Amino acid sequence: MSPEPVRSREQQRATRAEPAPNGSAAPKAEPRAPRATAGSDGRTVRLEGLRAFYGDAEAVKGVSLEYEANRVTAMIGPSGCGKSTLVRCINRMHEEIPGAHAEGTVRLDDADIYDEAVDVVAVRRVVGMVFQKPNPFPTMSIFDNVAAGLRLTGRRGGDLKERVERSLRGAGLWEEVKDRLNSPGIGLSGGQQQRLCIARTIAVEPEVILMDEPCSALDPVATLKIEELIDELKRDYTIVIVTHNMQQAARVADKTAFMLSGELVEFAETHTIFTNPSDSRTEEYVTGKFG
Amino acid sequence: MSAMSVLAPISGRRRRKDKVARALLLTATLIALVPLVLVIYYLLKRGLGAISWHFFTSDPTGAFIGDPGGIKSAILGTIEMVALATLISVPIGIGVALYLVEYGRDSKFASVVRYFVDVMTGVPSIVFGLFVYIVLVIGSLGSGYAAWKGAIALSLLMLPVITRSSEVVLLLVPDSLREAALALGAPRWRIVFRIVLPSALPGLVTGSLLAVARAAGETAPLLFTAAIVFGTSFNLSDRMNSMPIQIFNDVGQASDVLVQRAWGAALTLVVMVLLLTLVARLVARRSRFT
Repeated sequence: MSPEPVRSREQQRATRAEPAPNGSAAPKAEPRAPRATAGSDGRTVRLEGLRAFYGDAEAVKGVSLEYEANRVTAMIGPSGCGKSTLVRCINRMHEEIPGAHAEGTVRLDDADIYDEAVDVVAVRRVVGMVFQKPNPFPTMSIFDNVAAGLRLTGRRGGDLKERVERSLRGAGLWEEVKDRLNSPGIGLSGGQQQRLCIARTIAVEPEVILMDEPCSALDPVATLKIEELIDELKRDYTIVIVTHNMQQAARVADKTAFMLSGELVEFAETHTIFTNPSDSRTEEYVTGKFG
Repeated sequence: MSAMSVLAPISGRRRRKDKVARALLLTATLIALVPLVLVIYYLLKRGLGAISWHFFTSDPTGAFIGDPGGIKSAILGTIEMVALATLISVPIGIGVALYLVEYGRDSKFASVVRYFVDVMTGVPSIVFGLFVYIVLVIGSLGSGYAAWKGAIALSLLMLPVITRSSEVVLLLVPDSLREAALALGAPRWRIVFRIVLPSALPGLVTGSLLAVARAAGETAPLLFTAAIVFGTSFNLSDRMNSMPIQIFNDVGQASDVLVQRAWGAALTLVVMVLLLTLVARLVARRSRFT
């Protein structure tokens, strides 16, 4: 990564929204209350017997695992194994698909995001998401795309310009776009668009970032930039990345989960998964025997 | 030799069939063009003579002999009533389309609504005129002719057209944008106002303008609602003149001057609608999704 101007963590923390309260109450963000505790910025996400359905078809069949704070966890597995579906359950985007629903528990620290008292919208402000295809808003400029996260969530006040700049710096895009913030976001290259989407996501200041094959539409150079960025981002966020690319998992992830037919086969340190997996199916997959 | 047999030239039979088919299609196209060209020819031939400064700046006098006056009241009346009809039907029409696309989706209720919108598109305009006549003109709700009643009849006509075209345009807004906004933690109403509507705006404007163009030329809904008068009026509670009604009235008169005024008004109306359509096309070109 080129020496990006370093974003101070103190500054970050000072403007970071209040963390989700513990217990079953809604993780509703109190805007800009000072952070009570120092320490890690990301949050632990714990799945307990998570099941996801499309109509009657069960795509995720009871998965339990823990995503550690400030670490990158990769989800690998063949197409249709349910890894994307599982990740979309973590910010409750899965249920947006007509006929789809999820069962089980997803805990953000201690709060269950599937608790009836929880506001879906609040969940998504804490758990951000980057999609497979870069999807900047076509009607908006680069600046407005980043600001959109704040405007769409109704957060006013604060220095918008400063937050946009900070988010763009955080996404490693500032130097490339600082002179054309008012030009349309869709005028950027694919890799830049994806980093713009990451900037938009971190502008909302989430705790967890989900990435659903964020590089599959990008060329190798752009992919490398995103991977370097992921490495930077984990200082502040808990990151879950779905990938088809095992080299990518090996490069960016601290821990890796291998899924097959909706079930979690193995979950361990990335190094272990790729060199010394305990399950024979994992070994077959990572050595390219199928998938 | 074997390569030649694989790459054989088109057989004479196929060539002849192709020629016949092309000729038939071309003939059909030319036949369709004949009335269009004739309409424009007669409009120009008989209408141009009526056009003058006086024609646009004076109201009909109602006199059979002498100066018949122009069509000022008709032009202004049409603009006023269509404007009011647009104010009524565009928000409702786009609202219904938004409901169908963003909330109703595949629900039973939504498909019933879609069906009735389709039925409404096919309802003859005179039926809307009669409906407003029965309910608002002679009904217990009110009595007498008034421009706003004409505007309501026109808006009934425009509503299904706007709803259908808006629904199509809103469906073209990629779901990935809605997903992106949802994942940022945006409530749905903000997504609608900040993402969906701005993205679809050119298409929404185009659809609405085409509905406006259609309403501007309708006679039947105004016939028993706004009635006919001679003078210019800016009071929507009064009777109000309009272009189609003026034409309808003039063309049946036993005076050549009045018939010529009808042609002049028809030409003016066609030019107005043409301009609207042109604007609609220009706006459509700015659309981001096709």
